[in-house]
Amino acid sequence: MNPSLSCLSLLSLLLLFSSALSFKSDELPFNDDDEFEGVRSSPGPASVAPPVRRRPDLDISSASDSKSLQFSLEHCLGDSEFSVAGTFTARLKSWTHGAQTLTKLRFTRNAISDTEKGLFERLLEDDDFYTIRIPSNVLNPSGKDYIVSSVRARCLPRESLDEHFVIHTDGVNVLAVNYGSAGGCQYPRPLKSPSKWSFSSYTVLKNSEQAPRTPTFVEQIIASENALEEGLQPPEKSFWAKYWMYILPLGFVLVNAMAQAANAAAEDQNQGGQPSQRAPAVRRR
Amino acid sequence: MEARCLLGFLLLLSLSSFAFAIYEDQVGLADWHKRYIGKVKHAVFHTQKTGRRRVVVSTEENAIASLDLRTGDILWRHVLGKNDAVDQIGLSLGKFVLTLSSQGSVLRAWNLPDGQMVWETDLQISNPSNSFLHVLGNVKSGRDSLSLVCNGGSIRAVSSIDGLVVWKKDLSVDGLKLKHVFQPPESDTIYAIGFIDSSQIALYHINAKTGELLKHATQASSVDLSSEISAISSDSLVALDSSRSNLLLIKFMAGTITYHKLPLSDIVQDFSGLAELIPTKSNDIFVVKTPSSVAFIKVKGDNELELIGKADEAGIVSDSLTLSEEEQAFAVVHHSNNAISFQVRINGREALTDGIKIEDHRGHVKRVFLNNYVRTDKSHGFRALIVMEDESLLLMQQGEVVWSREDGLASISDAVVAELPVEREGGVSVVEVEHTLLEWLKGHMLKLKGTLMLSTPDDMAAIQAMHLKSTERNKMTRDHNGFRKLIIVLTRSGKVYALHTGDGRIVWAHLLTPLLQSESCPSPSVLTLRNWRVPHRKALQENPSILLVGRCGAGPESHGFLFIVDSYSGKELETQILDHSIAEVVPLPLADSSEQKLHLVIDNKLNAHLYPRGSDSLEVFIREMANMYYYKVENAKGVIKGYAFKKGCSTGSSAYCFGTRELWSVVFPSDSERIVATARRKINEVVHTQAKIMTNQDVMYKYISKNILFVATVSPKATGGIGSAAPDEAWLVAYLIDTVTGRILHRVIHQGAQGPVHAVVSENWVVYHYFNLRAHRYEMTVIEIYDQSRADNKDVMKLVLGKHNLTAPITSYSRPEIATKSQSYFFTHSVKAIAVTTTARGITSKQILIGTIGDQVLVLDKRYLDPRRTANPSQEEKEEGIIPLTDTLPIIPQSYVTHSRQVGDLRGIMSFPANLESTTHVFSYGIDLFYTRIAPSRTYDSLTDEFSYVLLLITVVVLIVAILVTWAMSQKKDLQEKWR
Repeated sequence: MNPSLSCLSLLSLLLLFSSALSFKSDELPFNDDDEFEGVRSSPGPASVAPPVRRRPDLDISSASDSKSLQFSLEHCLGDSEFSVAGTFTARLKSWTHGAQTLTKLRFTRNAISDTEKGLFERLLEDDDFYTIRIPSNVLNPSGKDYIVSSVRARCLPRESLDEHFVIHTDGVNVLAVNYGSAGGCQYPRPLKSPSKWSFSSYTVLKNSEQAPRTPTFVEQIIASENALEEGLQPPEKSFWAKYWMYILPLGFVLVNAMAQAANAAAEDQNQGGQPSQRAPAVRRR
Repeated sequence: MEARCLLGFLLLLSLSSFAFAIYEDQVGLADWHKRYIGKVKHAVFHTQKTGRRRVVVSTEENAIASLDLRTGDILWRHVLGKNDAVDQIGLSLGKFVLTLSSQGSVLRAWNLPDGQMVWETDLQISNPSNSFLHVLGNVKSGRDSLSLVCNGGSIRAVSSIDGLVVWKKDLSVDGLKLKHVFQPPESDTIYAIGFIDSSQIALYHINAKTGELLKHATQASSVDLSSEISAISSDSLVALDSSRSNLLLIKFMAGTITYHKLPLSDIVQDFSGLAELIPTKSNDIFVVKTPSSVAFIKVKGDNELELIGKADEAGIVSDSLTLSEEEQAFAVVHHSNNAISFQVRINGREALTDGIKIEDHRGHVKRVFLNNYVRTDKSHGFRALIVMEDESLLLMQQGEVVWSREDGLASISDAVVAELPVEREGGVSVVEVEHTLLEWLKGHMLKLKGTLMLSTPDDMAAIQAMHLKSTERNKMTRDHNGFRKLIIVLTRSGKVYALHTGDGRIVWAHLLTPLLQSESCPSPSVLTLRNWRVPHRKALQENPSILLVGRCGAGPESHGFLFIVDSYSGKELETQILDHSIAEVVPLPLADSSEQKLHLVIDNKLNAHLYPRGSDSLEVFIREMANMYYYKVENAKGVIKGYAFKKGCSTGSSAYCFGTRELWSVVFPSDSERIVATARRKINEVVHTQAKIMTNQDVMYKYISKNILFVATVSPKATGGIGSAAPDEAWLVAYLIDTVTGRILHRVIHQGAQGPVHAVVSENWVVYHYFNLRAHRYEMTVIEIYDQSRADNKDVMKLVLGKHNLTAPITSYSRPEIATKSQSYFFTHSVKAIAVTTTARGITSKQILIGTIGDQVLVLDKRYLDPRRTANPSQEEKEEGIIPLTDTLPIIPQSYVTHSRQVGDLRGIMSFPANLESTTHVFSYGIDLFYTRIAPSRTYDSLTDEFSYVLLLITVVVLIVAILVTWAMSQKKDLQEKWR
């Protein structure tokens, strides 16, 4: 079955169930900076599984000139030389403003040979690095510059050997590859062998994102100034919060004074009362 | 009474803790500022009147300064821009200093007494080359005197009064290079002599008032005239030919030119090698310097030369000094061991010889400038300015060094911090204690008077003086708060200084070149310095030491050396000449059993050599080798590469040599991106908390990795200055790269932005500064990185049950799930340097230190660079301290840490922690040095120096007395009651 047809049918199915996706297709194609297609390679060479996600808008915009190109992934097991391990296929899209970008990246892994398997087992034992490289300029891969990336071999094995590529591109140039296991990698790394000696790959193509513009408040200078002033003003404090340090001593003084007054009053009373107290005493006498 | 005291005390406390900027009388309490000028290259003496003895100098740091000849103090100083190197200086009319700079295209006049600029003239020279300035003393048009600036084949006459170009003469001869201009006394004609394509001698007669060409003559020469220097008497000229072994005597009389070739070996007997002519002014005498001697030669008769004096050892010779019509004086300085012999020769004859002892840390003599004065007995006295190898400047007079300036400190290339020795107990005598106690009491009484506002102005002055010379801050011992430290700096000349943070004095200084120079290390140059041993646990009693790394030759492939010095005394502990080159030194976060820090020296062939060499250091390293990575930024190629280490290296079989293996590479396409800036976190930075609590009680985990590298690239067109690229052609890409795996963690493009980029990385954020072409303004952007993979650790139950992954080791090989928050703000200033405050435990909030274009250090709170700022923050956000969003970062005048000072030509800012968490040291350097201590969140953990302990004591005593009195009173009252 034609992949694009299958994709369309998939999409129409999805469209039936979700209204969110239909909304998504309204996006401008230019804003699409992070578009990816996951490809799972089975043990057999060059058998491509249907893509996981696809956007119809890409097909519309690729009406401009686009051509397919290929470049290879090479790997190095231990100290050996680099050898071809797989092939990336992508479409090169030329925009009307002259720039070229890579889209629709697919990846096919070659099957692991027995010697490679042996070498990989050694890597696992030594906790050594598994290194890959791809040409930095995919248009003429003969160039000397390669993008190299490595991972500790023990990070890869799970069910099969799970690998995850994030390819950072700038137009047709590859800047860097984030290569590693699909998920986390435990530390210390335990020695374990995959149950299935094949790679399951997942690739993501990433363009850079634009920085947001610096906010400017030109049209509301006065407003912002007011806001600034407001911002600089300390929040209005309650009466108590403002003057507690005066009120507290005052309170003390008052209480003291009252106590003294009370004492004085008591003494007065005492002085006045004593005779009356004395009187009965006298009377008692 | 008590209540008032208490209130006063409270008031004092509140005052001391809320002071953010410093008050006028606090200047100089914790800070110091030192002014320098740099390595002197020209000097003009000015001793017209007594009391105005001064010398005007220009330096290789592009500074012009007037120095007091008695003390060496700077009377005034100007620092010209980076691209405005001074070519020549001169005096005009006795009151202006003329400077020719920017390869002879800018002429400026400065007022001699105060250094004000009088005028500036752009000479609009199309093809700048070796220009020279000639001030004509006796071209008088009114009261004016003209200054001639010759450049190639053109002459410009500039009025000394207003800087206007009076006339301009383009001789329009291809290949003409004017070499000399002179004017015979009482004449209106100027003679200009030059060489055309180094094969013809040309002579021009020019009217001094109009610039009209009166006459010219050329004469082809059979010898190749390539020597740059020619010496002159009034109608003849001496030049060297291109082999530098033959003299050419050129005479020009009555419009004709004749020349004679004379082999130098005929005049100077044992001549061999290459000769050099020392420029002289007149009087038929010239000086030839050969590798083995200095010869004084006189022109006699028509074509005869006579050797009239000879100094045997090759020394440094000053320019000629005209004493009278007949007499010319030269200074010849020889250097031997730790003394220099200073010789003045008048007309070749020895007139004065002095031997002067000089500290050996100054090295050899590099330049001499001679000056004379009239002695009390009316005879000639001589003084000389001497520039030494360490770039210091000495004034020598009457066989003594009158003053010296450590101007090497104007070219600091690297700096580290070291501890001072621990204070020894029991070493203080009783007398000292009594004395200090009395002083202490006196001081506190004064302070008390000050706080109670009872002091007279005299008392205030006494208090200020007491503050400034407080012995406490200048002690040579470690203090509890960690305020006293040594700043160890390396200068361009290869001299190492230890500066005390208390007052900036030099504790010790060493010039390394003479110490290292040997057959195996012919021309040593120091690259960098690192802490080798820091007092710590086991090594608490050991002296800390400093590692200096350098190369033995000029090229990058020459062998390296390691030099270890004791940081208390500067004593040499160990020297190693290495058998490999040095490309980079990587300090490791490991130490061997004697607490020496491990360092990897990477050589040109990418092998890593481990130092110090010892079995335990090897053991420590091999244990951790699997977790060690190295990265290298190749700016020219636009490539960043990462490496791992493996056993066995490509060049030898040493156990301490390790090979490297390329793990990753990031290649920036050369047609769209150029690396302009990289920044990374300080290795010794401490982060206190990993989590950040948001306003909605949510927790975000900071992505704290020591391996984050910030890289900024710009489009190739935007690498030039601002304005060289249109906004559409310029963009700036900011990257955050993990240096272990080479992952690009974050990448963002700023369209229409360009460098220069200055960046600082700390904790989980990076702040960078660049120019926005669209907004025509500078901008600062902050990126904060948060770790999403730990975001589900918010559950308290999980924390209680220990089911969180907070303590699990973090590996870079796990795919990071990070979230970034970013925000850009406009910033008014351009920036020369940027740094961040560091404190001992990382609790205190951060401030960003910005070296502004005005050569000051500005402090900007990190809260202003918070990506969460919004235009209308909610009440909770306000309470948290989020400042309402503004488009521009505020510049608060009080937040200049340099207050009124300037750090001329600011190049670097360094912040290092004190032991006290609230306080951090800030050291900034350029031509000047400035040091201060700042407390970003105020001194919340200590009482300030101003705190009056006596006041506290008195309060306590008064309280106790009051308690006793009231107790006694109440007792009495009780008794009275009971008696009733």
